[in-house]
Amino acid sequence: MNGSVARRFLLGLLPWVGAILLWYAVRWSGFVNVSLIPAPHQVAAKFVELLLHEGLLYDIFASTRRVFLGVMLGILVAVPVGFLLGWYRPARTFADPMINFFRALPPIALIPLVIVYFGVDEIAKLVILFYASFFAGVIVMYEGVSQITPLYIRVAQTLGAGEMEIFRKVIIPLTVPHILTALRVALGVAWATLVASELIAAQRGLGAMIQNASTYFLLDVIYVGIICIGCIALIMDTILRRISARLLVWQERAVA
Amino acid sequence: MNSQPSIKRAQFENVSLSFDTPKGILRVVDDVSYDIHDGDFIAVIGPSGCGKTTMMSMLAGFQKPTTGEVLFDGHPVKGPGPERGVIFQEYGVFPWLTVKENISFGLKLKANHVPVKEQNQICEHYLALMGLSDFANSYPKHLSGGMRQRLAIARAYAVKPQFLLMDEPFGALDAQTRANMQNLLLKVLASEGKTVMLITHSVEEAIYLASRIVVVTARPARIKEIIDVPFAYPRDESLQERPEFGELRSHIRELVMSEYRAQQAQMRPASFSE
Repeated sequence: MNGSVARRFLLGLLPWVGAILLWYAVRWSGFVNVSLIPAPHQVAAKFVELLLHEGLLYDIFASTRRVFLGVMLGILVAVPVGFLLGWYRPARTFADPMINFFRALPPIALIPLVIVYFGVDEIAKLVILFYASFFAGVIVMYEGVSQITPLYIRVAQTLGAGEMEIFRKVIIPLTVPHILTALRVALGVAWATLVASELIAAQRGLGAMIQNASTYFLLDVIYVGIICIGCIALIMDTILRRISARLLVWQERAVA
Repeated sequence: MNSQPSIKRAQFENVSLSFDTPKGILRVVDDVSYDIHDGDFIAVIGPSGCGKTTMMSMLAGFQKPTTGEVLFDGHPVKGPGPERGVIFQEYGVFPWLTVKENISFGLKLKANHVPVKEQNQICEHYLALMGLSDFANSYPKHLSGGMRQRLAIARAYAVKPQFLLMDEPFGALDAQTRANMQNLLLKVLASEGKTVMLITHSVEEAIYLASRIVVVTARPARIKEIIDVPFAYPRDESLQERPEFGELRSHIRELVMSEYRAQQAQMRPASFSE
């Protein structure tokens, strides 16, 4: 048992070690200008420096809070909207083209408009992240809900369930997996949009940090920023996956 | 259990059902009339796709007849209800609930008024009866097909329906499991007593289980013949060795096959164009 945990950990660690080795290899190969690629240990040193003296933690906090709030608000609206679209076929024919139109628009393209209407404050960044996570979430929700088979509802009816009981005891449990998937997808999209949203004249946040660093050509800071975004996304996704596994023990899944 | 055909439980009165399709009106059930009495075990048999499931779903309350009436205890069927339990071919076991939670699902519903104290007792009874006690806390994903169908039956029985509708309940099971399930059903019926309408395409299953067999024509479904099965309950597998069983089987098989051929003839132009 313990051995297998250790082995899984090592197996998961291996590609990271490989990536770092490759990173060094590219630097030492002589094909690229070394000054354009800071070494991993330099980036690590920069990370510590930023952490201790430049308030990196605050940037991380600012970004995480934006993503968290944006995703929460986006999903809070996407769940009921996606549910209605998935449940009532006429609603889908009516709203489908509209949703696909807006979904196709990259949030970055909307930034100029967002600045005009919402200014450059926290609200503006939230609007962008909300937009990104809402449309990612709503699609997942309504695709999922529209695939719920009527069989379970019929079964509940033949056992004597009323409308409310069917909603509470059948439809909600069947919707939970889709809500969790919507959350995961929205979280991914929101992180991807974060830098864009922080381009709107943000003072703090990982995107702002990267943006400022690029102005002064501080490559190591850019690397730290990118790695931080990746790591936080990974941590959030892992937490969400743990929660899913706990809530969805009943699902038939291939377990490796 | 077929000895006192007194009370009429379910009645089909000149029932027809048709759908409007882009290609015109599709007649599925055509002027069907028969009664199901208290304690009857009716098997409805006919070629696949003939509309036998549609008959059942009208009595279950999922579909309304276009003309005619389906009555249950003298009243027109308005929708599904706990007095008419349904066993589906696809089991319909709730995957997000454990075996025990599945059985108690119906018991906890307001409509069934089961006191909390009795719920557990009823649950344990059916867990034991269906041989699922060891799996009480397992999720359905850990159960085999036969166990899932036993669970579906236990869940339907737990709310004490007066009438059980079964739509090819053992169709998806292998032959061995199927035979076991048939014997289990006979055993449970003997102790619990229920009126049953079974939809099947297996002639042997119909004869082995039913007290009366309704043979249905190719679509649109009409009644071709209603046959009383002359074997008393309790029955066991030795019944299938008896010459009368074989004679009855040949007779019904011939009826079903002639309908099957009629159905093939109907479809021929389409199948040639493929």
